[in-house]
Amino acid sequence: MNKTVNPKDLTSDGDGPLYAAHKKVYPQSVSGTFRRIKWGLMAICLGVYYFLPFVRWNRGLGAPSQAVLIDLPNSRFYFFFIELWPQEVYYFTGLLIVAAVALFLMNSVGGRIWCGYLCPQTVWTDVFYAVERLIEGDRRERMKKDKSSDPMKLERISEIVLKHSIWLLIAWWTGGAWVLYFNDAPTLVKELVTFQAPMIAYIWIGILTATTYVLAGFMREQVCTYMCPWPRIQAALTDEWALNVTYRYDRGEKRTSVKKAAELRALGQQVGDCVDCYQCVAVCPTGIDIRNGPQLECIQCGLCIDACDNVMTKIGRPKRLIGYDNDINIQRRQDGKAPVYKIVRARTVVYSAIIAAVGGFMIYTLATRSLLDVNVLHDRNPVAVKLSDGSIRNAYTVRLLNKSGYDRVIAIDAEGPVNLTMHVVGADSVTPDRPMIVIPRDSTSELRLLVTAPAENNPDKSIPVRFHVMDIGLGVAATATDNFVAP
Amino acid sequence: MTDHHSDIDSVSGKSTTGHEWDGIKELNTPLPRWWVITFYLTIVWAIAYWIVYPAWPLIASNTTGMFGYSSRADVAVELANLEKIRGGKMVALGAASLADIEKDPALLALARAKGKTVFGDNCAPCHGSGGAGAKGYPNLNDDDWLWGGTLDQIMQTIQFGARSGHAKTHEGQMLAFGKDGVLKGDEIVTVANYVRSLSGLSTRNGFDAAKGEKIFAENCVACHGDGGKGNQEMGAPNLTDKIWLYGSDEASLVETISQGRAGVMPAWEGRLDPATIKAMAVYVHSLGGGK
Ligand code: SF4
Ligand code: SF4
Repeated sequence: MNKTVNPKDLTSDGDGPLYAAHKKVYPQSVSGTFRRIKWGLMAICLGVYYFLPFVRWNRGLGAPSQAVLIDLPNSRFYFFFIELWPQEVYYFTGLLIVAAVALFLMNSVGGRIWCGYLCPQTVWTDVFYAVERLIEGDRRERMKKDKSSDPMKLERISEIVLKHSIWLLIAWWTGGAWVLYFNDAPTLVKELVTFQAPMIAYIWIGILTATTYVLAGFMREQVCTYMCPWPRIQAALTDEWALNVTYRYDRGEKRTSVKKAAELRALGQQVGDCVDCYQCVAVCPTGIDIRNGPQLECIQCGLCIDACDNVMTKIGRPKRLIGYDNDINIQRRQDGKAPVYKIVRARTVVYSAIIAAVGGFMIYTLATRSLLDVNVLHDRNPVAVKLSDGSIRNAYTVRLLNKSGYDRVIAIDAEGPVNLTMHVVGADSVTPDRPMIVIPRDSTSELRLLVTAPAENNPDKSIPVRFHVMDIGLGVAATATDNFVAP
Repeated sequence: MTDHHSDIDSVSGKSTTGHEWDGIKELNTPLPRWWVITFYLTIVWAIAYWIVYPAWPLIASNTTGMFGYSSRADVAVELANLEKIRGGKMVALGAASLADIEKDPALLALARAKGKTVFGDNCAPCHGSGGAGAKGYPNLNDDDWLWGGTLDQIMQTIQFGARSGHAKTHEGQMLAFGKDGVLKGDEIVTVANYVRSLSGLSTRNGFDAAKGEKIFAENCVACHGDGGKGNQEMGAPNLTDKIWLYGSDEASLVETISQGRAGVMPAWEGRLDPATIKAMAVYVHSLGGGK
C-alpha cells in the first residue's frame, strides 16, 4: 500500500517534476537572423531611452528646450512640437488604448513579439547576459566556473567584481536617464556630478539602479515566468493563426543521431531531422526545451530558431526545423497539404481599425485643439446682488488659459437674451462694455467678472449667458456658457 | 519525537517537522532564507530606530534619540520657511498703493487670495462668507455704501471701524425719535410712509405726504440730506435707493425711527497688520460694489 515513490518521478500532470528547485540558466551565445534582429532592436530601444533627453527642441525664449520633458513643477508635458496641459491628460488615455491594442495586434500576428524583442526586462537581461558572456566566457565556461569548488582565485574574483561593476554602471545609467526626462538634461547632469541635484533625483536613480540590477542581473527569466502576468493573458489573445516559435515535430521526429540518419536515409527510409543536439535548449534564455511544444515560459525570442538553423546548415538539411509557425500548418503538413499563412483576418483587421480610429481621433483633436480656453464659475455666495438703482448683478470667476507661445490680448463679451453690461475687476477697458486683458503666453489668468442686467429689463428667472472670449489680434475664440440668476 | 532531519517523508522525499497528529506528519518547509534575513533586518532596524529617534514614552517626557530629532522642530522650520516665502510677497503688497494693486494682475490676485482668507476668518461672522451681509449687516457686494465705497474709504472703514471706540472711528447714529419722545406714534408712521415714497414704494391709504415731508425736513434732513439722499460723512444711508439695511416695510421703518440704530463695525488696526488690511480692502472692493 504505502509504496515509496522517487520524488523525481512525481509529476503533476505528467510533464515535469512536482518539486523542482530553481536551476540557473546559462544561455549560450548564438548567431543568426533573429539574434541580429534582437541586437538591432536592443540598440534602438536603449539608444532612444538613454539619449532622448538630450535631444533639443527650440520653443522660443523662456520655454524649455528639451524635446521630451515631463515638467512636473509646472504641470506641463512636452513632446517635440506638442505641449500638453494637465487638462489634456486624456491624450495619455488614448495613447494607452493604442498601446494596448497594438499589443493585441502583435499577438495575433506573431505571438509574443513584445516579450521576445521589446520588453524592457528582455532587453536589459540581454544586455546583462552580453556583459556576463564577455567577461566570464560562454555557457560551458560559466557553468564550470560556477561549479568549481576551488578557493577563489584572484583572477576569478576580479572577473566577478568587474562584471558586477559594469552591471551596476548600466543600472545606474538606466536610473540616471529616467530622471533626465523630468528635468533639463544637461543642467541636471551638471548638478548630479557636482552633488547639487535635488534629493529626489538621487533617490529615483537609486531605486531604478537597484531594480535594474536585481531584475536584469539576478531575477532574469524568473520575472517572465513567475512575476509577469502577461504570459497568462496572452494565452487568451493568441489564436490558431498566430505565428509562434514552433518545433515542427512533423519534420523533426523521430530524433536520431547524424550518422544513423544518414544511414537510414541512404536506405530510403523516413527519418526526423532533429539530431538531438540540444543546441536549441542551450541557447534558450528561459532554459526550456521548445521541442516539448508551446510553453508558458517561452518568450518567443527566436534564438532557438537561429541555433537550430546553424545545426541544419552544418548537417546539410533545410533550415527552419524550428520556426515561426502556427497550429493549423502543423496539421496541414501532416495531412500532406501546403501550409497557409493568413495575416489579414477578422481579428487583425478589427485591431488595426481600432488603432487607426483612436490614433486618427487623437491626431485630429491634437491638430485642432484650441490654444485658448475659458472656464467660468458662477459666484455662489451671493448668487445675485441687487444694486441701488434696482439692477441685478451676477459675479463670475473666469479662468482664461493661453496655451500658445505668445501673449494674447483678449476681449470678453457676455451675450444673453437681455442686454447685459460687463466689468472685469482690475482690467483696463478700451470700451467700458468690452473688457480687454493681456494673458501672458503659456499661462492662466483668473479674472473676476461682474455682469449687470439693467433695472428696466431685469430677468425674473435665470437666463442663459454665453461668455465669448477672443484674441483680438489673431481672431482665435472660445466660449463658455453659464446662467445669469435673478435674486 | 523523531529527529526531523532524519525523518524523510516517503511520498515527497522531504524531511518532516517530526510532529505527528493522528498519523499525519507535517512537511518541514522552512521559510526562504532571504525572507528570514529580511525579518531579522527589520528587528535590527527597529532597535536602531529606538536608539536614533525619539521612541519610548517616559513618565513625563520621552526618549529623545541620539540626535535630538523632533518633528515639532521640523514643523517650526517649515512654518518659518513658509513665512519667509509669503513675507516677501506681502512686503510688495504693503509697499504698493491701493490703486496700483488693482492694476497689477499678480498683486490683485495675491490681495484677493489673502483678503478672502482673512475675510473668512474675521468678517464672515457678520457679513457672511461671501460678503452678502444680513439684516443690519451691509451687503458688501452691492454698490450702496454707508461710509463710502472707494478703495480708500473701504480701507479706512476696515482700519478704524464704525462706532468702534477707536480714536479715528466713524461716528454718527440714527436717533431714537420715539423712545426719546421727539416724535409721536402717528408722526412716526407718517414719516415712515414718506420715506417709503422716496424710493417709489407704496404708501398707506390716506397718508399725508405734506405732513410727512414737513416732519422729515424738521428731523431727518440734518443727517439724511435734502431729498433723503444720505450722507456718507455720518454714515447716514441713502433713503431713495432700492437697498435697505434694516428692511423697507413699514413696521421695520417704524422700529428704526422710534428705536434708532447704531450698528458697530470693529476697528481692525492693531489686530491685523497693515498689508493684510490692505489686502482685505482690495478684496472687498473687488467684490463688485466698489466705486
Ligand atoms: S524556446 Fe526558443 S523562442 Fe522560446 S524562449 Fe527559448 S529560445 Fe526563445
Ligand atoms: S537544435 Fe535543432 S536539431 Fe538540435 S536538438 Fe534542437 S531541434 Fe533538434
